[in-house]
Amino acid sequence: MTKPLMMGAVAYAPKVITIWEGFKEYFRQHDFEFDYILYSNYERQVEAQFDGSIAIAWNSPLAWVRADRIARARGQQARAVAMRDTDRDLSSVLVVRGDSPVNDEPDKLKGKTIGFGAIDSPQANLIPRDHLRQQGLIAGRDYTARRFDVLGGKHGDHIGGERDAAVALMAGEIDAAWMIDGNHMAFSREGILPAGATRIVARTGNYDHCNFTVSPGADETQIARFTELLLAMRWDDPKVRHLLELEGLRIWLPGRISGYDLLMRAVDDEQFYDAEGKILVADYRY
Amino acid sequence: MTRKGRFLLPIIDIEDLGLDAGGHLLVKHGLLGVPPGGSLFVTGRSAGWEAQLSAWCRNQGHQFSFSAQDGVVRVTRGTAEAGRRLGAMHTGHADSSLDGAVAEQAQAGWGLSARGATVEAGSPAMHFRLDRKNEVWADGAADLYAQAVAAQWNPETAIDWHTPFELPDVVEDAVVQVLTYMIENEEAALIVPARFLGQLHPHFREVQAVLAIQVADEARHIEVFMRRLRMKGREPALSTAGGQTSLKTLLDETDFSVAGFLLSVLGEGTFVSLLNFLHAHAPDPVTRQIARLAARDEARHVAFGMNHLMSRLKQEPQLFTRLANAVQSRNDALSGTSGLNEEVFDALILLAAGEFTPKAIAAGYVRVQQLMLDMSEGRKARLEKLGFERETAQRLSSLHTRNFM
Repeated sequence: MTKPLMMGAVAYAPKVITIWEGFKEYFRQHDFEFDYILYSNYERQVEAQFDGSIAIAWNSPLAWVRADRIARARGQQARAVAMRDTDRDLSSVLVVRGDSPVNDEPDKLKGKTIGFGAIDSPQANLIPRDHLRQQGLIAGRDYTARRFDVLGGKHGDHIGGERDAAVALMAGEIDAAWMIDGNHMAFSREGILPAGATRIVARTGNYDHCNFTVSPGADETQIARFTELLLAMRWDDPKVRHLLELEGLRIWLPGRISGYDLLMRAVDDEQFYDAEGKILVADYRY
Repeated sequence: MTRKGRFLLPIIDIEDLGLDAGGHLLVKHGLLGVPPGGSLFVTGRSAGWEAQLSAWCRNQGHQFSFSAQDGVVRVTRGTAEAGRRLGAMHTGHADSSLDGAVAEQAQAGWGLSARGATVEAGSPAMHFRLDRKNEVWADGAADLYAQAVAAQWNPETAIDWHTPFELPDVVEDAVVQVLTYMIENEEAALIVPARFLGQLHPHFREVQAVLAIQVADEARHIEVFMRRLRMKGREPALSTAGGQTSLKTLLDETDFSVAGFLLSVLGEGTFVSLLNFLHAHAPDPVTRQIARLAARDEARHVAFGMNHLMSRLKQEPQLFTRLANAVQSRNDALSGTSGLNEEVFDALILLAAGEFTPKAIAAGYVRVQQLMLDMSEGRKARLEKLGFERETAQRLSSLHTRNFM
């Protein structure tokens, strides 16, 4: 048997097994040997990209930033070869209760308590903090940050932190909560945010989310075939549609790295990783 | 809400309705009028509506572009929605009277969908053993179901449980024995359709509905028989090996048509005669009322069995032989048993006698003899109605289990 292409993925929810078993079957039907290793967190997954364990990783945006930095520090290169259509141009929104005095003037947030997601969540912590910093608002000085930490090391994939913040917002425990734009609707559907009972007062710039990151030194032929088969998956194909639905996309797109600037600035300003990808933040458990 | 904007593209104004409050429905509806790749404009007033719309478009596979200058969003319809209908399966029509409404064979991939629905390709296959129309269909099933629904009765109010009566102990004991026997017969009549119900493809929903209400009917019969049995503080009486062996042969039958023939046409049909007998001759008013109501339900069950078999025999005359063989085999299987148990037979005589005197017993005996004749005549008439020759009908009727059901 040919040596399979080994992919890393993070087990942030039980459905991850269903997804990658389905992908494995799809690749096998196209005579492409593929296997995967599940990691409990993105930090170990990125590290495995440099010890030969995995040739490619399904990375969070923060994991991409780290992989890119580690590779550069070693004189190597990490590449992003594919992403979901839904990974492009996301934004996060700051939500307040409908009767809140807070509006879109940043000064109105001074002295308030703002809810954030997990410490390692690009969308509900790092990029939002950066957004406020750009508006001249620093946590601890201008506002109180309250973190809703769920499952460290999952880089916010588990949206429990955002959900807890939304619950706290409606309970009056905090004045505002950050969440990914799509979750504002999702939490409304779940009934956590009653319809029309909240307002969006701020929105970050656009940023990109996950990508398939190629480990330095991976077999190029295998990566090319993997990417080709991935991009050939069609929503119209009933055999794979349920996998795409579970993974939350309509089509795979070629990877791009132009959408990570906001996150890279946030990682520096919030001192999450250093330039070589070392973890700086002290109270990070994963 | 919708007007034509610049470039003659429609504009959907969601006004102050956020997408966290249902605003997406206006956009979704607007997009129905636009072909894949086509565009429309959306505008709104609620705080952050464009962020919500951007997220919604991303998740739905539509393209989003916001013009801050005009305050409008251009939404370009993606192609994903159409994907669910590509290769989708058609499942006939809801109205069974339309041409092609009911498939000759229902597909596993149709699953639980309502007949007539469009089923997305890739839906999970669900294997129902009874998936062929000829195996299960009965013309007029929908009407029988409607009649059954209209004829449901509430045991609490339909029966005068408080009517006072006293029977001699020996007669009350006889009633209890007959009811003990009837309850286990009704158990078989509940379990047989219930088993088929779980194996029947939902495509044949009219048949499914008939089976479901039959099961409910039998549950009600068991309830009222048991309630009457316990009225004077008795426990159920004797259940015999011969009686249960006869009923077990019904449970063991896996062919829907053969089971329907043995249970409904022969068994329940015979049971209708018994219930009519009890309605006429039971010694107390409660048993007479119960028997009248139960007989009405059982008559419908017989009608369904007859309808199904007449439909199938018309297309498959060779089924006549299989049905005849089934009666013969059942008779063979039961040849080692004693048939209707002595306790039940004697109890019927006492019950019909109403009192423990030689004269009354003589009258009861004659009535039970008449019952046996009525049962046999009824079976013959139904067999002939199905199309059996007179002589065959006579023979098969005589082979029917002496246990009635």
